[in-house]
Amino acid sequence: MTQTRPTQERPATRAAVIALTLVLLTGFLLLPLLVVFVEAFAHGFGAVLTALSEPDALAAIRLTLIVAAISVPLNTVCGLAAAWCIGRFEFPGRGLLMTLIELPFSVSPVVSGLVWVLLFGTNGWLGTVADRANVQVLFALPGLVLATVFVTFPFVARTLIPLMREQGSAEEEAAVTLGAKGWRVFWHVTLPNIRWGLLYGVLLCNARAMGEFGAVAVVSGHVRGQTMTMPLQVEALFNDYDWVGAFTIAGLLSLLALITLAVKAVLEWRIGEHGRALI
Amino acid sequence: MARFQRSALPGFTPALGITLTWVSLIVLLPLASLALRPWSLGLEGVWHAISEPRVAAALRLSFGAALLAAAVNVPLGLLTAWVMVRYRFPGRDLADSLIDMPLALPTAVAGIALTALFAPNGWIGALLTPLGIKVAYTPLGVLIALIFVGLPFMVRTLEPVLMDLPLESEEAAATLGATRGQTLRRVVLPALAPALLAGFGAALARGVGEYGSVIFIAGNMPMRSEIAPLLIVIRLEQLDYAGAAALALVMLLVSFGLLLLLNIMQARMRRRP
Repeated sequence: MTQTRPTQERPATRAAVIALTLVLLTGFLLLPLLVVFVEAFAHGFGAVLTALSEPDALAAIRLTLIVAAISVPLNTVCGLAAAWCIGRFEFPGRGLLMTLIELPFSVSPVVSGLVWVLLFGTNGWLGTVADRANVQVLFALPGLVLATVFVTFPFVARTLIPLMREQGSAEEEAAVTLGAKGWRVFWHVTLPNIRWGLLYGVLLCNARAMGEFGAVAVVSGHVRGQTMTMPLQVEALFNDYDWVGAFTIAGLLSLLALITLAVKAVLEWRIGEHGRALI
Repeated sequence: MARFQRSALPGFTPALGITLTWVSLIVLLPLASLALRPWSLGLEGVWHAISEPRVAAALRLSFGAALLAAAVNVPLGLLTAWVMVRYRFPGRDLADSLIDMPLALPTAVAGIALTALFAPNGWIGALLTPLGIKVAYTPLGVLIALIFVGLPFMVRTLEPVLMDLPLESEEAAATLGATRGQTLRRVVLPALAPALLAGFGAALARGVGEYGSVIFIAGNMPMRSEIAPLLIVIRLEQLDYAGAAALALVMLLVSFGLLLLLNIMQARMRRRP
């Protein structure tokens, strides 16, 4: 490899470019991650444990898990339904439907929360309906779930649709010809074929659901110990100058991000780099 | 349904039913209420709500910083994507999965981490202070945060296109006597132009609405380092729902307009031989 091929740069240039990129990437992408853990442990291990056992911190962790546990399955089922009709059938308006499904990605997180405040707040279209049903939507769990569902809605459908179109429906049609009925086709033919892609979509959906900040900030009402998810708790503690507390919760969320990236890399190896999507 | 369903597969109607219901309830209904709400102020009220100097300054900062950040990410993303696709070196896989870090990291976490790094006594801030550069609590901080969250969009848009780029055209250019630099400038870069534009658009769209990673490092001084999404939150806190909706609607319309423009430019570029 001492000789340079015409489609390659000189070895010295190549080494310099690689070095420059790695320095930029570590400086820009790794340092923020590192600083989270360094700040969390600035006053030792004990302080981290104390911060973690605060009732408000525990309540925030619990609420984050509850919101994700409701939103992710909802969006998984609806994402599967969308992928089944868009990925397996031709019908007029398919492209439009796909655009509508991806719409939440181009809306600011703050606006994703705002729309629910407009809908359920004073003079909102559904405000009186919710009042009559005696359901508190805003500044409570339902509002947090709705905002999260809006933000994470596209993930599952967006990963599955290209995958299912690429695979084609020959296997499912064969199963139908052999006499298999609806759900059996889905469980025994479709699901095994798309399982890694489905897992990939659910993984990204969950990461965003647990980490969402702007949308839930708008609908939460910021009642400590009650309507604060982990990212909101990070903000509150940071604004109180409780850096150890803020960076401890931030550290937990960073661990979630690291695990997500690791699982994502494994799944990408399973489904091929071209199936890759952004979080 | 015969016209719709020319397939032997079952389950079209229930699947479409679930999807349409969900899209209507979760996406269309909320966005429709956003689109109609500002008009309760009347035309003059809407104009007043979006033309105040403080609003104009916030919109200018949000769009200006997002445009600039997306522009900075063009060379940065090009360099990163090139290195990841064309070169093999130890640690490449690790570095490649690191590129998604800004998106995997919750925005609030990214926000406080960048603030800690760039604060005057932070790891990077301490190096910049003697040079007279202030990042945290200035518009420059907004720019840094937007470059951070935008980078993955640029890299991930470029990578697949670079992977599929045929080496033959580069070989041909070299055979015809072009230097490597000329080949990159005249052959590779034009082929990447549509992808660069697409990445620019994705980074821009994200940057305009970005909230969590920006508000901690920005300092949020009205007229100076206050972004438009924060102003929406402030109006909501003042219970000025229609005013918040007016500002949100303007942001959405300008973003969609910019994205449409970029899409048209991309389509034109692809059509040219």
